[in-house]
Amino acid sequence: MVIKSINWMAGGPQGSGVDTASNVFGRACGYGGLYVFGRREYHSNIKGLHSYFHQRISTQPLLANVNDVNLLAAFDAETVVRHMNEVVAEGGIIVDSAQLNTKVLDIPTLPPEFKTEIGKFMKENALGETVNDWLEYSKKRDVHVFPVPYMALLIQIGKKLGVEQISKITRMINVLTIGISFSLLKYDRALGEKAVLDTFSEKGKIADMNALAFNHAYDYATETFKDNFKHRLEKISITEERIFLTGNQAVAMGKVLGGCRVQTYYPITPAADESEYLEAHEILKTSGGDEAILVIQTEDEIAAINSASGAALTGARAATSTSGPGFSLMVEGLSWAGNSEVPVVITYYQRGAPATGLPTRHGQADLRFVMHAGHGEFPRIILASGDIKECFYDAAKVFNLAEKYQVPVIHLLDKAMANCSQTFPVFDYANFKIDRGSILTEKDLEGKEYRRFQFTETGISPRVMLGTKNGVHWYTGDEHNEEGHISEEPSNRKMMMEKRMKKLELVEKEVPIEDKLGFYGDQKAESVVLSWGSPKGAIIEAINLLQEEGLRLGFVQIRMIIPFPTGEIKRVLEGKKRVIDIEHNYNGQLGQVVKEQTGVTPNFHILKYTGRPMTTTEVYDALKLVLTDQAAERQVLMFGS
Amino acid sequence: MVLKPIDFKVADVYADWCPGCGDFGIMNGVQMAFAELGLEPHQIVMVSGIGCSGKEPHNVKCFGVHTLHGRALPFAMGIKAANPALEVVAIGGDGDGLGIGAGHFVNAGRRDLDMTYIIHNNGVYGLTKGQASPTLRRDEKTKALPRPNINEPVNPIGLALISGFTFAARSYAYDVRHLKDTIKQAVQHKGMAFVECLQPCPTYNDITTKDWYAGEDRKDAQGKPQSRLYKLDEIGWDPVVKDWNEDFKKKMAALEKTQEWGDRIPIGVFYKNELEPTFQERYSKRVPFYLTNPPAKQKLVDDNGNSNVDLKQFLDELKTS
Ligand SMILES: Cc1ncc(C[n+]2csc(CCOP(=O)(O)OP(=O)(O)O)c2C)c(N)n1
Ligand code: SF4
Ligand SMILES: [Mg+2]
Repeated sequence: MVIKSINWMAGGPQGSGVDTASNVFGRACGYGGLYVFGRREYHSNIKGLHSYFHQRISTQPLLANVNDVNLLAAFDAETVVRHMNEVVAEGGIIVDSAQLNTKVLDIPTLPPEFKTEIGKFMKENALGETVNDWLEYSKKRDVHVFPVPYMALLIQIGKKLGVEQISKITRMINVLTIGISFSLLKYDRALGEKAVLDTFSEKGKIADMNALAFNHAYDYATETFKDNFKHRLEKISITEERIFLTGNQAVAMGKVLGGCRVQTYYPITPAADESEYLEAHEILKTSGGDEAILVIQTEDEIAAINSASGAALTGARAATSTSGPGFSLMVEGLSWAGNSEVPVVITYYQRGAPATGLPTRHGQADLRFVMHAGHGEFPRIILASGDIKECFYDAAKVFNLAEKYQVPVIHLLDKAMANCSQTFPVFDYANFKIDRGSILTEKDLEGKEYRRFQFTETGISPRVMLGTKNGVHWYTGDEHNEEGHISEEPSNRKMMMEKRMKKLELVEKEVPIEDKLGFYGDQKAESVVLSWGSPKGAIIEAINLLQEEGLRLGFVQIRMIIPFPTGEIKRVLEGKKRVIDIEHNYNGQLGQVVKEQTGVTPNFHILKYTGRPMTTTEVYDALKLVLTDQAAERQVLMFGS
Repeated sequence: MVLKPIDFKVADVYADWCPGCGDFGIMNGVQMAFAELGLEPHQIVMVSGIGCSGKEPHNVKCFGVHTLHGRALPFAMGIKAANPALEVVAIGGDGDGLGIGAGHFVNAGRRDLDMTYIIHNNGVYGLTKGQASPTLRRDEKTKALPRPNINEPVNPIGLALISGFTFAARSYAYDVRHLKDTIKQAVQHKGMAFVECLQPCPTYNDITTKDWYAGEDRKDAQGKPQSRLYKLDEIGWDPVVKDWNEDFKKKMAALEKTQEWGDRIPIGVFYKNELEPTFQERYSKRVPFYLTNPPAKQKLVDDNGNSNVDLKQFLDELKTS
């Protein structure tokens, strides 16, 4: 089914309120019963470098972003230069009239390699050197240009507010563009105003100032731009309750639901927002007594994982949250947790790597790393979510897995999910079961001898929390005997290795198939897509589009990475003509793992490693080439500034 | 039930240190201290790093967590923060705590969790066969070193003082009574306590040996060795900060005292300040039920086995309709 949507975009220098404006825009649309899919792009920089935000809006649920932009709100000249060509015919660009004479190549924040690119583009299309010249080119493509004198509007607003120093209110340019956008889109003004007021509700007078600016700009645009801008946003009435949230927020809520009571972290993008959000909400409402989540900012990630493990030994459900560079430091601690059978959770948001890489951008290049990280062999569980809703439920589930099987669990996420924002019907969580696995208490232990690592049939030994009377025991990173004391005896070693490793067989047996794999599209088709993580949404939308054209294919989303659902995937791949691997890395790492595990080599790869997530448009185009036998074995996607 | 040091011994674990190793003395001191403090084994968690010293918890009857090289403090922090009712004693070598784990050492001071940290200062990396540890003095060449030590030493108590530890003391592995008393005071101290324990390593450290500390090389006229160690108590040293006004002065005096080495080496409590609010006190201000219902003790579930959390406070903020 083709989804009708409007793709709105705001762009400007970092620190100019692009995120806030976009949040206002998205909320306002949410208030009008519309579905929103938001995507945020930013540099590793605090002030000045380019950032942008998409809000795609529809009456139907949205799963991903698309290439085409319907309305672009440019806070500055760079936004015009970078995104002008993404705006479709009959779309619009809102631009600061003061920037029209800016010479494109004089924009100081443009990196040299980008200047070379646009220099070429200018030559090829005989473009002049000013922003205005560029916009003329857009107009020829039937794009509407809406020049707005931001400064003049601010002066008028300043007068209304009694503020003389305009520099004090230049921050409100972002809200001006929202007023103008909603006027052009003929969207309900009251909902826009409400979103402004709600967004700034904790800032007192500032909320009213912004509401005034919003309304002023709305009126200005209604009076000034009488030409008929085709795109409309109309509110609809809905009865269900909905929420608008980011991946980071979904994970945080899921953790709390899942019983996480200690979270450790060392600040890193794109993970830190989750911990800060948790700390801001540390005191929890429960049906029982007083509970709270203790968030500790540690001195480094080594301390983060090891203190989370320490907390887990006391019986607190504990997690740490990080991205690639941080996880690299955690690896030794992971190995300790595996050896000592510690139920610790690591929430891992991948970002552009290696090294510091693209610190604020997207990537999925750490799959093989998390599968093998840590010296030696020890069991771990890895669960990879594919969208915000899965982020929520998986973030809760991983604690059950960790405690039931007494293994470290890695919840694998990525920047695209962390920073995207989406509307959903309120998550249903009333029946979320907590399963703490086998735990012995002081009473159970009375008159008995306890051995922490007792050999059992399943490999799982009943757990006793540090501090429990009658249950004194030991942990060590050395190989150990049942008591937890160091042992280098070969026979003990063999049994301990087997005890630990065989827990994974149980996981494989007990975890339901829907937690291992997601099935979408036409499973009977001769082509199947394999993927994991955030490409899920774009793949499903693309498959639906292709289906409309009679091109059928299935999609299997791999959710459980360890233990790898080898048997199930083998069955899926049987007799398929085309196996198409889609992921955000260079090597096609999931494809490699599938080959290693099942013996089946994917014959097509659709990969992207620019740090920007795949759009529905890109995936659609690439899959279409595959299905119509025009594709190379390896397609590398490039879209996005 | 009053327990004796022997109740803190672990019958079936062989203590595998070299004969004459100072670690035996420290182990005894720890066991005696626990007994005299009236603690029961299940109330204590002993956390260690990696090294000869790191094995100590296996020989002490209480919860033992033998962790990674340099990481005793982070584990201890997680344990103590999640369950502040536990008596947490972290221990480790000088390489463990002041080399690979130095960052944690500094930050443990800032955090001021109410626990104890004992460093076994033997001047060498025992378990890896005698390389220089961060406390070995410059130009000294212990037995296993191919060349004399090229680095300056760290000052463990000095580092503790400027990092915010609210208790800093030194003791000696072979003065078990003094050691036991020092550990007791450290455990009883409200706040993050540090004990530097001078520990002869007869196998690799042939400079700061038992004989050297005892002054066997400097006998008086009667042929009696003149010990290099002297007790701060005996010179009337008052380490306790009773008023914030005297804090800086006492800290600086303690720092100055740490400069003494060689012929006269002070042992005892250098500095103690219980005016500083601990991590537990700071956090309780925000979460008043922290000490009565800490993370380790929270229920998580309701009577039906469902999560007991009501997400309303989160959802209300996120609602669009
Ligand atoms: C990450 C890591 N690096 C190196 C080692 C090897 N190692 C084991 S013990 C040790 C040094 C021990 O010295 P110290 O901490 O002073 O303890 P001691 O043996 O002297 O008690 C080292 C470097 C290790 N276990 N882990
Ligand atoms: S090497 Fe030194 S520190 Fe290690 S056990 Fe032997 S004497 Fe003790
Ligand atoms: Mg040492």
